[in-house]
Amino acid sequence: MPRYFTEDHEWIDVDGDVGTVGITDYAQSQLGDITFVELPEKGDTLKKGDAPCVVDSVKAASDVYAPVSGEVVEVNGDLDGEPELVNNDAEGDGWFFKIRLSNADELSGLMDEDKYSSFVDNL
Amino acid sequence: MRYLPLTDDNRREMLEAIGAREIDDLFVDVPAEARLKGDIEGLPKQASEMAVEKHMRRLSKKNLAANDAPFFLGAGAYRHHVPASVDHLIQRGEFLTAYTPYQPEIAQGTLQVLFEFQTQVARMFGTDIANASLYDGSTACWEAIVMAGRITRKSRAVLAHGLHPHYVSTAQTMAKFTKDELFSGAPDLDADCDEDAIIAQIDDRTSCVVVQYPDILGRIPDLAKIADAAHDRGALLVAVVTEPVALGLIEAPGALGADIVVGEGQSLGVGLNFGGPYLGLFGCREKFVRQMPGRLCGETVDADGKRGFVLTLSTREQHIRREKATSNICTNSGLCALAFSIHMTLLGGAGLETLARINHSRARLAAQRLGDVKGVRVLNDVYFNEFTIVLPSDAREVVRELAERGVLGGVSLGRLYPDEEALANGLVVAVTETCTPEDIETFATTLSAVLEGEAA
Amino acid sequence: MNAPNASGWKPAMGDGSGEAAPTSSGDAALMLEEKLIFELAGCDTTGVDFDEQPGEIDPALGRFARKQRAQLPGLSEPETVRHYTRLSRQNYAIDLGPFPLGSCTMKHNPRLNEKVARMPGFADVHPLQPVDTVRGAFEVMNELAHWLIELTGMHGVAMSPKAGAHGELCGILCIRAALEAQGDAREVILVPESAHGTNPATAAFAGYKVEAIPATKEGRVDLAKLKERLGPDVAGVMITNPNTCGLFERDMKAISDAVHAAGGYVYCDGANFNAIVGKVRPGDLGVDAMHINLHKTFSTPHGGGGPGSGPVVLSEALSPYGPLPFTARMEDGTVHLVEEESLKEFDHAKSFGRMAAFHGQMGMFTRALTYILSHGADGLRQVAEDCVLNANYVLRRLEDTLDAPYGASGPCMHEALFSDDGLAEGFSTLDIAKGLIDEGFHPMTVYFPLVVHGAMLVEPTETESKDGLDRLIESIRHVAQRAKDGDEALHGAPYYAPRRRLDETQAARKPVLAWQGEPGVPRIPTPSEVGDR
Repeated sequence: MPRYFTEDHEWIDVDGDVGTVGITDYAQSQLGDITFVELPEKGDTLKKGDAPCVVDSVKAASDVYAPVSGEVVEVNGDLDGEPELVNNDAEGDGWFFKIRLSNADELSGLMDEDKYSSFVDNL
Repeated sequence: MRYLPLTDDNRREMLEAIGAREIDDLFVDVPAEARLKGDIEGLPKQASEMAVEKHMRRLSKKNLAANDAPFFLGAGAYRHHVPASVDHLIQRGEFLTAYTPYQPEIAQGTLQVLFEFQTQVARMFGTDIANASLYDGSTACWEAIVMAGRITRKSRAVLAHGLHPHYVSTAQTMAKFTKDELFSGAPDLDADCDEDAIIAQIDDRTSCVVVQYPDILGRIPDLAKIADAAHDRGALLVAVVTEPVALGLIEAPGALGADIVVGEGQSLGVGLNFGGPYLGLFGCREKFVRQMPGRLCGETVDADGKRGFVLTLSTREQHIRREKATSNICTNSGLCALAFSIHMTLLGGAGLETLARINHSRARLAAQRLGDVKGVRVLNDVYFNEFTIVLPSDAREVVRELAERGVLGGVSLGRLYPDEEALANGLVVAVTETCTPEDIETFATTLSAVLEGEAA
Repeated sequence: MNAPNASGWKPAMGDGSGEAAPTSSGDAALMLEEKLIFELAGCDTTGVDFDEQPGEIDPALGRFARKQRAQLPGLSEPETVRHYTRLSRQNYAIDLGPFPLGSCTMKHNPRLNEKVARMPGFADVHPLQPVDTVRGAFEVMNELAHWLIELTGMHGVAMSPKAGAHGELCGILCIRAALEAQGDAREVILVPESAHGTNPATAAFAGYKVEAIPATKEGRVDLAKLKERLGPDVAGVMITNPNTCGLFERDMKAISDAVHAAGGYVYCDGANFNAIVGKVRPGDLGVDAMHINLHKTFSTPHGGGGPGSGPVVLSEALSPYGPLPFTARMEDGTVHLVEEESLKEFDHAKSFGRMAAFHGQMGMFTRALTYILSHGADGLRQVAEDCVLNANYVLRRLEDTLDAPYGASGPCMHEALFSDDGLAEGFSTLDIAKGLIDEGFHPMTVYFPLVVHGAMLVEPTETESKDGLDRLIESIRHVAQRAKDGDEALHGAPYYAPRRRLDETQAARKPVLAWQGEPGVPRIPTPSEVGDR
């Protein structure tokens, strides 16, 4: 399953026409303890670059952008009572939402794991 | 100047340490043409305590204080006796001269007070939670309307006719800019709150119904009935309490189905203060907490495991979320919240109930006595400590004449609704524990004399 | 000698070898713990006596009478006084020492102001009393309004906004009302990167899109970039002057001229007016609207977080749009209240409306007017000069220890800005703040403005003596040095405060916002706990 990254520190795993979106481990480490994740609603239609999620840490609120366009098909309800999942497993159990891609071409503008890791090294 | 500790020697020494020759070297970035050449025009030089106090006392004497006349004004601000210890305690420097508790390790005093205050307000309102206060009742009411909009994702609010007209106009001002749609109108001079007329306004676009309890005419609307109708259409009920003492005797709005309860807390601890500073109260269901405006204090533990309190969920607030904040409000009304909380602690549930009973009993007495005055009709069947009487002529004039005869006899509806001719003869009368039976008698006989056209 | 020392009292120092044992009470001498009122009291006691115990009344409450008494604890007066006095001792306050919170202006609160605000003619009057019975109150409002206009060189003032952010909103609403009256629906407000978060929040609340104006390297608004961005879609700019980096915006007049030429208006955040009061009039710099925090510049007490008061001075162009109510002085010297009832009479039909019930923060007006009259023209100018002098003294005495990112940009105004650059690996601004608590000081403002990493903004104000400042500076130097040396113990600070560092993550993840009661003790459940009706 290919995984892509954005410069805004989101990741997306693509399986068929559905992508799973979350924030990267680097992003969670920069934010510190995450206290709340505001998620979109199932059925919301997103354009690439929309900000359907907000991640709260104690002293900051950060937008999370949609890496691709599409319709939200599932959200991670576990984050509601357990926002620490994002700190503990940002790129696994701490995923945010699943999206049915409306334009798979948008993936071509994203980074692969190697590129993202050198992107982060240069920050 | 008694408030400035630096001496001229200090100033010289410090300029030297900085490497400046004179004070204006520190103002070099201010363009010369922008600098004031002399003193502020007309402003005298510094003055002694004695001189300033004399000037201010002269101005204060031009006002008729509530204590110096039989006093029956309400309409959103109520006169109650505030125990002496309240004012003593809020003047402790540790409370008075502290800042917002951003460093919780050295602000546990303020924080614990806020936690206690939040719990008191929630219990009084019958809500799950309450915030650490907002500016006043009118701004809290608007905040509730926009919060309901965020929760329901709808933007039409129905304001009941009995909502305080200043609260209505505050909301109208804001709605002009936010593009929220408001339904509102003036009340009828009728004993009935006409819940059905309000319910008829609720549709699928309605975010909330805003109902004052008791309302501007002193009537008590059936919140439960309106709550059911609102919930049926996916709207929220916002209850507005301008006289919290009423909740010593009438049911808490939260228990009647209100989703958000806001109020003016001035009645307890704060005093009249000519309209401000007052205290915005705000409670709601716990599930709406992330949409709530204003500061919140929460319980936690410190590094040694001891219980402590912090401001929390601050990412809702504008100093962090900037243009995505839940509200424009930054400060709360901390010292007024402290005063409210102390007064509430002195009263307790039992004292609040007794206070409310005295208020109601005095209001009953006044309604009966004023109803006996020739030409006067008491509008309300149901009320707490405030009711409306209908006079045979314009109440504004009558109020002025009463004042000339030393009686502060209520708030005329003409003052509140200058464009509503039909309300012109209405007078809203509030009767608290501070109104003695003698005051009531004086009011009734003076009113009678004014209406009969007798010379003062 | 007869029975020498019969009582047996013989003061002794001990040999100093003992160690403190934990106390049974949990208190430690003057460090007193205090329970919650809910843990101290039941709901049936009261600390208030009434003249009468009303017997059975024939109620007129319809069917709305309460079924169950509210669960509110009550305490006798001595218990109440003790509870709040014990709590007060867990607070730091200006009355205890310097409170150098940048941009918050924590200066001494003169007690005359408190006395005046409590005069019955001010404190015990109702906002809707017949106007002839409250002429003195209108005079206070009008006299304060007059001096605010004179001190700022503006045309009018809106007195009703209840705090700084409310005042910002008032100013932006005036701009919006003026533009709409001209049929000019502009959409964008420009705000500098260094602005306080309330500025973009306010503009967004009023329906504007917010765009950032970049800063120059020296920490001021980039005039060239601003000019580039101005155009027919820009409603105005919001500028803080002196700005949040503690610097005066030298180009303020040029900024105003450029904005006006492009058809926009200039809002100035007056949070820092204390640095220039009596020396510079914002009206002379082309400002159209500016709020004044009476609780900052004019020293009404902060009260642990409010109440504030934020009158807004307005230019001639914006004055007609200001909110209701306000006072107007007639030629015969009498002062009138202009509200809905008298709107037409006073030709103020363009007003954008009412922002809150009643007339504004009267209790703050009396205090602020007392402050202004006490200082007078010379005293206010001295206020500005001394607060700037104190801040520069702090800046220059600390810049060898802490990084001062704009130290080379010239003198600062009323506050000095430092960054966390140069601290040892793993040490942060937070450690310095918590270390200062142990030193007996309130920390400076931290992590603001956002344009500086690990910002520390120190505002000493004019009411600190030189000795007091020297002690504060020594402590900051000491703690900063520990952070530079990598003193691990600093991570645990504070050690001596009523509480150690508090777990803010837990508080935010699982919010507990009201007392839940002792386990097993009955409590009236809230409606949500019972379930929806």
